[in-house]
Amino acid sequence: MENNTVNFENVFNDKIGKNEYIEPKDWMPEKYRKTLIRQISQHAHSEVIGMQPEGNWITRAPSLRRKAILLAKIQDEGGHGLYLYSACETLGISREELIRQLHTGAAKYSSIFNYPALNWADIGAIGWLVDGAAIVNQVSLQRTSYGPYSRAMVRICKEESFHQRQGYELLLELCRGSKEQKAMAQDAMNRWWWPSLMMFGPHDADSAHSADSIKWKIKRETNDELRQKFIDKTVAQAEFLGLTIPDPDLKWNEARGHYDFGKIDWEEFNNVIKGNGPCNKQRLEHHVKVHNENAWVREAANAYAAKKAKAAKGALVA
Amino acid sequence: MSNDNQFPLWEVFVQAKSGTPYKHAGSVHAADKEMALMNARDLYSRRNEGTAIWVVPASAIVASSPEEIGSFFEPSNDKAYRHPTFYEIPAEVKHI
Amino acid sequence: MSNNSNAALLEFVLRLGDNNLILGHRLSEWCSNGPFLEEDIALSNIALDYLGQTRILYTYAGTLEGGKTEDFYAYERFEHEFTNALITELPNGDYAHSIARQLYYSVFADLLLTELMKSKDATLSGYAAKAIKETAYHLRHATDWTLRLGDGTEESHQRMQKAIDDLFMYTGDMFATTEKEKSLVAAGIAPDVPALKAAWTKKVESVLKEATLTMPDAATWQMQGSRTNRHTEHIGYIIAEMQYVTRAYPGNKW
Repeated sequence: MENNTVNFENVFNDKIGKNEYIEPKDWMPEKYRKTLIRQISQHAHSEVIGMQPEGNWITRAPSLRRKAILLAKIQDEGGHGLYLYSACETLGISREELIRQLHTGAAKYSSIFNYPALNWADIGAIGWLVDGAAIVNQVSLQRTSYGPYSRAMVRICKEESFHQRQGYELLLELCRGSKEQKAMAQDAMNRWWWPSLMMFGPHDADSAHSADSIKWKIKRETNDELRQKFIDKTVAQAEFLGLTIPDPDLKWNEARGHYDFGKIDWEEFNNVIKGNGPCNKQRLEHHVKVHNENAWVREAANAYAAKKAKAAKGALVA
Repeated sequence: MSNDNQFPLWEVFVQAKSGTPYKHAGSVHAADKEMALMNARDLYSRRNEGTAIWVVPASAIVASSPEEIGSFFEPSNDKAYRHPTFYEIPAEVKHI
Repeated sequence: MSNNSNAALLEFVLRLGDNNLILGHRLSEWCSNGPFLEEDIALSNIALDYLGQTRILYTYAGTLEGGKTEDFYAYERFEHEFTNALITELPNGDYAHSIARQLYYSVFADLLLTELMKSKDATLSGYAAKAIKETAYHLRHATDWTLRLGDGTEESHQRMQKAIDDLFMYTGDMFATTEKEKSLVAAGIAPDVPALKAAWTKKVESVLKEATLTMPDAATWQMQGSRTNRHTEHIGYIIAEMQYVTRAYPGNKW
């Protein structure tokens, strides 16, 4: 028995070493499983909670084209949540349990969605900056070592590319428009820039989970590497829009071949994680309320399915 | 908790166009087969990905286990004669 | 085409467009509020279908009026200029109310579009041929859920029956017509909408029966008003919300 276990662990490590995928029925260290459940469920919850700040603008979208795009995009986020819940369920945890963990606060979601979407330009900024940051992370995660997670990421990345582009196009229209429209865009930029950088998580040195995740190739690049990648590709996009990035310390470092940037306010980050962000309570309470208020719908569907199954069985016997 | 019920899991297989094999696309939760089919359609064909869909209760799928990898798949490793490239055909022989 | 018949056609096209816009608006309110994630996505899909149909119809209206955009009709008209059926503007209520409305409206739309496919107006018959595929799916969705809720638990049965009863008084207004529209019927352009009522009643009755629900009394008093600019109060809030950005910053592109 002991020998077998050792063997399985070797097989596992061997696969990780050779960049092969781990599949649901493969042996895996318990901590690998737990780390994956934590990360994938956090990712899934983020997609679902992320529907709220954008959802609040569907009915106010200022053109039919924008309305259709926004609705389709938010629907995609719901779909991505589903792909990820399914990937997570292959690790032996039920959707019910995942939702329970979200509701009790045991599971987290991305701190970014605890910020409010205040003006129409925020919809552009969420697409360009928030989805942009998410994409940098997700592209990297396509090579994650867990097969179902990787497959979900491949699908999500394929679908997500329009999300960032629509956001940028929306802002471009505003920046080429009236003074008020441009001010709206700058205001959104001012509020979403720093929280977007925080999406990559704490600095590597301060990240509690990073080392194991990198070792097991759950994460393929570190928080700081990904954050730098995002900044490097976003600065020129902001310049093209004519928007000012709210960071006086942001400047090109020739020697590093990267942009240097100012200090991230980790106190704010930690507070938002702890539940003190502008919308933490609102977002979670909304999810709990909708879930509970509609329990009767799910119960009815179950009862109906059970009746039909029983009737079908009865017909078979007769 | 009864109000926590999210329905059984179904696996979804999508055929991209007629004549091609059905490929596993992912999963959905649904209370019954009609709901499973409609949820699968809404989730996995938002971008015209398919022309036909199968849904199968996840509990009905029987899977091989990794422990069996040897007895299940290795025996076919040495049956190269099952592959067309095993046979040498003179270049002048066409259409074979 | 004469000015009169052009005005009649415009009125009819806007009636169809407004129905789709306002019902789509209501359904889009379910986004991130659905009873479970899969259904949230399903409802958004249906809302997107309505929005797509709206755009086809408003674009057509724009060509009839010579150069108006689809957005003009959604964002630059006032409450009293919208001609959507009253049932489309009512608040969503609980899930049973939204499903009851979907059932009532989808059966109606399915019958309407079946007739409209025969229209002598090529744009309208083309629109109907595309839209009926979507509507057939909406009808299937509404029917399945009516069965689940009607024949599910005691609670869901009561909620569904209440929704069916509450909304019934608004169904007659879907079939309302105008003098202008009657001229289009004579010309083979628009279907005879009031004539669809019998088939509608038969279909709804059969679904409700299968769902163990009771069809409301046919003699129930029917609220009218969508063709005579008498809306419910709800339309004002919908329009205020929808047009807030464009009215606050007029003359801009978005």
